[in-house]
This record gives sequence, C-alpha cells and structure tokens, in this order.
Amino acid sequence: MARNPFLTAPATRYLGLAAAVGLTAPLVLATGAGAEPTEPVLTIYTYESFTPEWGPGPKIEAGFEAVCECDLQFVGLEDGVAILNRLKLEGPSTGADIVLGLTADLIPEAKGTGMFASSGVDVSHLSVPTAFEDDVFVPYDYAYLAFVYDSEEITEPPTSLDDLVTGDPEVKIAIEDARTSTPGLGLMLWMKAIYGEEAADKWAQLSERILTVTPGWSEAYGLFTGGEVPMVLSYTTSPAYHMIEEGTDRYQAAAFAEGHYLQIEVAAMLRTTERQALAKRFLAYLLTAEVQSLIPTTNWTLPVRDDIDMPDAFGRLVAVETPLMIDPETVAANRRAWTQEWLQAIGR
Amino acid sequence: MTAASDRAWRLGLGLAAAGALAAFLGGVFVIFLVVAGAAPDFRALASDRYLRGVVLFTLEQAVLSALLSVMGAVPLALALHRARFPGKRAVLRLFLLPQALPVLVGALAILTIWGRSGLVSDVLAAIGLARLDIYGLSGILVAHVFFNLPLAARLMIAGLDRVPAESWKLAGQLSLSPLVTFRLVEWPALRSALPAAASLIFMLCATSFTLVLVLGGGPGATTLEVAIYQSLRYDFDPGRAITLSLTQIGLTAIVLWFTTRLGGDVTAGFGLGGRARRYDRQSRGRVALDTLVLAVGISFILAPFVAVVVRGLEADLARLLADPAVHRAAGTSVVIAVASALLSMLVSLAIVLAMEALRATRGKGAPRGRDAMRKVLETTTSLVLVVPPIVVGAGWFLALRQVTDVFAAAPYVVVATNAAMAVPFVVRIVGPALAAANRATGRLADSLGLVGLSRLRFVDWPVLRGPVALGFAFALAISLGDLGAIALFGSQDLVTLPYLLLQRMGSYRTADAAGLALILGILCLSLMALAERGLAPKGNAA
Repeated sequence: MARNPFLTAPATRYLGLAAAVGLTAPLVLATGAGAEPTEPVLTIYTYESFTPEWGPGPKIEAGFEAVCECDLQFVGLEDGVAILNRLKLEGPSTGADIVLGLTADLIPEAKGTGMFASSGVDVSHLSVPTAFEDDVFVPYDYAYLAFVYDSEEITEPPTSLDDLVTGDPEVKIAIEDARTSTPGLGLMLWMKAIYGEEAADKWAQLSERILTVTPGWSEAYGLFTGGEVPMVLSYTTSPAYHMIEEGTDRYQAAAFAEGHYLQIEVAAMLRTTERQALAKRFLAYLLTAEVQSLIPTTNWTLPVRDDIDMPDAFGRLVAVETPLMIDPETVAANRRAWTQEWLQAIGR
Repeated sequence: MTAASDRAWRLGLGLAAAGALAAFLGGVFVIFLVVAGAAPDFRALASDRYLRGVVLFTLEQAVLSALLSVMGAVPLALALHRARFPGKRAVLRLFLLPQALPVLVGALAILTIWGRSGLVSDVLAAIGLARLDIYGLSGILVAHVFFNLPLAARLMIAGLDRVPAESWKLAGQLSLSPLVTFRLVEWPALRSALPAAASLIFMLCATSFTLVLVLGGGPGATTLEVAIYQSLRYDFDPGRAITLSLTQIGLTAIVLWFTTRLGGDVTAGFGLGGRARRYDRQSRGRVALDTLVLAVGISFILAPFVAVVVRGLEADLARLLADPAVHRAAGTSVVIAVASALLSMLVSLAIVLAMEALRATRGKGAPRGRDAMRKVLETTTSLVLVVPPIVVGAGWFLALRQVTDVFAAAPYVVVATNAAMAVPFVVRIVGPALAAANRATGRLADSLGLVGLSRLRFVDWPVLRGPVALGFAFALAISLGDLGAIALFGSQDLVTLPYLLLQRMGSYRTADAAGLALILGILCLSLMALAERGLAPKGNAA
C-alpha cells in the first residue's frame, strides 16, 4: 500500500497534535501537586497575599511543620469574603480544617453557617484594640484604615475626617468600592461611625474630591503610586512598606482626630475537621511570639501581642488613639441598607 | 464516503462541538438549579430601580463603545489597507495585543496617557490649558475604544481583503475618484464587516468590569457584570446571580438578532491583511490624509503600550527574570495558553466546517431548518462572551467537587474556559475564509468527489492554515491575559503570569507588576509570531 497521505498531511498532523497536547497538557500541571505525604495534612483556606514567598505563609508553614509532624497546606483565595463564600459553596463536606483571614465584620455571617467550632485558645492576654474577644474566632493581627498621601504632592495633609470631607475638591482621592472590597466597606463604616445619620450628606460632599472608586485595593493603590492621584484609602501601616522595602519616607498616612477604623483579622477551626487537636495547636501557634513577630514585615499589619520587637519604621507610623469599630452584628444587620444609602449619596 | 455522508460527518462533529460548548457554559445554570436549588426570579429584577439603572447603563455604554470603535476603525482600516509602509505587519500584530493585556494593566497604561497626570494633561498644562478629566462615561469610552478599535479595524481590513482583485484593477483602470471608489468598492466590503465588528465589541463592552469601575469614576457607572459579581460574592445569592446572568445573555441575544437583521454576516471576519494589490490613483491630498489618519490612529493604539514598556523597563527586570516563581508562572501560562488555543481551534474548526456544510446546501433549496440550525450555531458561539466567568467558575466548582478533587481538575477547567472564550474570535477569523474558499472551489471539489480527510487536506487546509494561524494567535493572547477563570481556581500550584502580576500588585510590589506586564507582553508577541510563522503558508511567512 502506498504511503498513507493522512498520517503526514499537515492538517491531520496538526489536528492530532492539537488533540494530544490539549488533552495531556493540563495533566502535567495537575500532577505536579500530587506528591503523597504520609503525615496528616492540615488544610488552611486563606487570602492570596498570605501565601507568596514574601507573605507570612511560607515562614509559618516552615515553623509549624518543624514541630507538628504534619503537612500544612494553604489554599489562597481572593480575600476574606471569597473564603467565606467558598465555605458556603462547599458546605459541611468542605476540605478546609482552618480558615485564616476573615475580617471581624464577617463573623456574624460566618457563625450563621454553623460550620465553626470553639477554638479552645486562650485569647485573654492579647492586646487587640477594643478588647475584641470571641471563643470561636481567634484574632491574629489587625490594621487601621487610613488615607495615605504622597508628601511630594501634599504638604498639609488633612488632620481629621472632617478635614478630608470639607477639603479642596481639586485635591483628589481614590477610594475602593464598598460593594466589592474590604477597605471600601471599611470606609463606609468609618463614615457611619463618625457621622451616623449625616453620613449620606457627608458622602455627597466627599464625592467632589473622589477621582474614582475602584473595585479593589490594588487598582486604587496602583493609581496612587502611579502618580494619578495624591491620596488613597489604605492602611496606617502602608508607609512602613515603603520605608523598609524601598527606603523612602515619601508616602505617609494622615492621622485623623476622630480616630481610625479598625480591621481585625481572625482565624477559626471548622466543626467538621478530623484533626481537631492539630487545628487547635495551629491556632495557638498563630499567637506565639515567633509568628507574631513575622506579621509586621510580611503581612504589613500589626501583631496582637504587645511584647513584640517592632522594626523602627513602625515607630514612625501614625499611632491610633481612638480605634473605631461598629460591632459586627450591627454591621451585618445594616450592610445592605447602608450600601444602598452609600450608592445613592455617591452615585454620579 | 459520499458527499452526503461527508456532510453528515461534518455536521455531526460541528454540532457535537457546539453542544459541548453550550453544555460547558449553559450547564452551570442547571448545576446551580440542582445542587444549590437556586432558581431565577425575574419579577424581583423588574421591580428593582437600582438594577434597571444598571441595565440601562450597561446597554448605553456598550452601544456607544461599539459605535465609536467601529466609526474610528473605518478610516483607519481604509488607510491601513491602502498604505504600504515598513512595519505594517508588526502593527497589525500589535492590534491583537490589547486582548492579552490584563485589564488592570491596560487601565493604568491608558491613564498614563489620558489621566489627570497623564502625558496629554501634562502637555495641556504646559501650554496653560486645563488638565483632562476623563473619569466618567468618556473614560470608559476611551478605554473601550483602545481595547476594541484595533479589533474592528482588523475585521474591516479582512472585509477589504475579500474584494476580488479585479475590482481594484477595474477601479484603477477607470481612474475612479477616491469618493467613487469608496462608494462602489470599499463601502460594500466594509458594510459586510460592520455587524460582525459591532456585535463582537458590544458583547465585550457589555461585560466590562474593571475598566468600567476604574474609569467610570464611581458606582454611578455600574454594569450588569458588576452586579453579578456583587450578588454572588458579597450577598452570596446564587439565585440573583443567575437571574442577572440570564438577563445579560437574553439582552445580548436580542442585540445580536437585531444586528443580523441589519444585514451582513455576524461572523463575517478577520483576515490576514495585505493580500490585495491596489491600483489607486496617486494623489498628494489623499496620501497626506492617510498619513494623518495612520499617525493619529496608530499612536492612539500604541501609546499605552509605550507606557507599559517604559514602566516595565524601570522595574528590576534582571531580578524578575532570574526569579523561579516567574519561571514557573511563565511556564504554566504557556502550557495553559497553548493547550486552550489548541482546544479552541479544534472546537472552532468543527463548528466552522459544520456551518459551511449547512450553508452549502442552501443554494439547492435546502429546508429552512438548516438555515435556522446555522443561526443557532452562530449564536451559540457568540453568546459565549457574555456568560459571566464567575458564574461558570462557581458552577463547575460546585459540580466537580461532587465527583473529584477540585484542585486536580482546576487546570482542565481553566483551559476549557479560556478555550471557550476564544471560540467567538476564532470562528470569526476562520469562518469567512472557508466560506470564500467554498464559493470558489466547492463545486469543483464536489464534482471531483473529494470527501473526508482528503478534502480536508487538499481543499480546506491550504485555505485555512493562514486564518488558523491568526486565530491561534488570538486564542493564545486571550488565554495569556485571562484572569477570570484562574482567579477562581488558582492555588499555590497553579499560578499564571497575570495571576502573579496581580498578586504582586496586591502586596505593594507595583514595580514588579510593571515588569511582569512587559514580560507578559513580550511572551505573548513571541508566541503569536511563532504560531503565525509555523502555520502560515510557505512563502508567505508572517
């Protein structure tokens, strides 16, 4: 028989190749993850900035695995809200033993799922502002919202929220959307905590200064460091990153007289975990001086112990005297209505 | 094998491919209904004032964006088609790059040019004028035109390329004035590409998310896609998310139907550019006008890329290039992009061949059913673009975890999603070429009794390989730039370049992110060049 033309024909060769590569390529990617450990695996759902090599994840993993005879595995999801949604999608058959990275605002909603168990961790000795305490959710770090400004553009930063609201509308700010991001929601609560019923009017006034409202922190902060806007909604700890990693004092946080809104991050154990003892041990490990001293320069947040040696740059940050926080139950009950009010006040 | 069984075979494959596509995307609605018990509720939607505003704004900005992109593309396509200049091929290839740019990078790049402290504002300020303030509808339109005008231009150049060489020759011999040439030759060709371009851009803009929020200046600018994201994420209300998604799909279907009624082929498509030889009268005035159009058009499209390059070069590229995390991410990106481009190509080719098989019978008084079936195929491949990735991702996550380990399945879902997203583009690229070829050689092939694989090889493949190369390049670009699918399934073990870029951006490392954007762009251009060179017909290497 003559040479089969189809085997060498370009069309069929490409199609065959296409099929082969198309079907096997993902396999190559998938199998990389499958080295079977013999040790018990502790699976932790967290947010994605926790897990990269510069984040706290790898160091905590190495530290805990050195003592636990277990394999710690992080699953990085977008943020706290995404973690909670993942749990809701999965229900009781979730693969998580622990979640790490919910904000305290989410606690009522998280408790509503009935998926969490008491931590059994003693948190009474911690130095969390507002003396936050919960027998299920263990606070492991916190941060204050703040407006961070470029000192080369702004020489007289606002000294209060009121100053910000009534300031020159030509000096623009970028904020995050309360519907899609944690800091955005935080600012909405901050305004509510200070102005209560008047919040809508103040938002309408503030909106004159708002250049744009971005879906998340990354976009807003990108606009800020890109020079498009001289002030951005971020955290009091943001300048520490620029001081330590970039050696510059150019970016500073504005101290507000009324106080700053507090974001506490918490971790908790799932009721359905088969490794309760290990999970409890990990939650307690989070609060050790070893882990807490990692927090400032990896997560760029503040530790929950007061006996941690802080880098010098942290001494030069805005020291918050009045922490502001609306209790999570009130937030949960009013979030929809307040978001609607915010939309109408700011909607242009 | 007979011609009839050949047709049946092509039809079967095409319908199977379209069915798989529809099942992959439409299946999520069934999954939500069955697994989560989430049923759509349109009555609640109709009575919600906020949502009515969102729907109106979605349509308004998408219609305007599509119109502006298409209107801007007409003079640019005409000038590009007439002009001969060094680097024309490179420019045409750069026109594909916006699809590969993660939207956030694109938005920041656009603002370096058009923002308050952007290049244009700086120039205006230097001559004593007010700085630009584009935030609002105008900002959204600038961004959408940047992303989509190049797309429209390539569709129209393809339309111009399908004008028979004799027409240009005749126009040259008759010394037709530019206006008459436009009316008699160019406009009919452009017109056939208009609905395809407009509908594609409409869909891309209707589902816009980050661009609309960042450049829209505030929540006054909200699209349905934002509302869908909000309902699934912050309110965790799958029922509402499905209702909104179905609304988005339904509205788009209506718009698609409307554009097909306007005439023209919705899937009339892209081309390779530069095939037709033209014999226009040389006129100083027109050369000047063309040069002006080209200068304005190309610099509008290229300026943000220049910004990406400049910012990227400021980053510590040496460190990034030596970073193992970057190597891993680049490797993952390439594997996923190549796999999904191949898969997309297989599905699209099957669909295109089936659509041709259905069309070929029309002349012989085929039953109306076939025509309807072709329309269904067309619509299925188009609507892919408006099924929200967050809904698809969540749906498949729900379904897969009933049967398997989701993280092991994640790469498959990412590849499948990326492949599906590229199908509407690839079909628009390959379809018209095959249709044109069939018109020219179909009867001859029929009378010679060429069927099956030999027909595919000797008749179809030589015509298709050029467009296939371009379609492949497009699919690569789309997959390389994708974040929608990967963000939902991403884990420590599945990190692509855009994902890494966003991760760095999300932890203060903006310079790294700028460097990664440059690396991603270069990677994309090289892959596209490789694909086009490898597949292009011999002697006509791209």
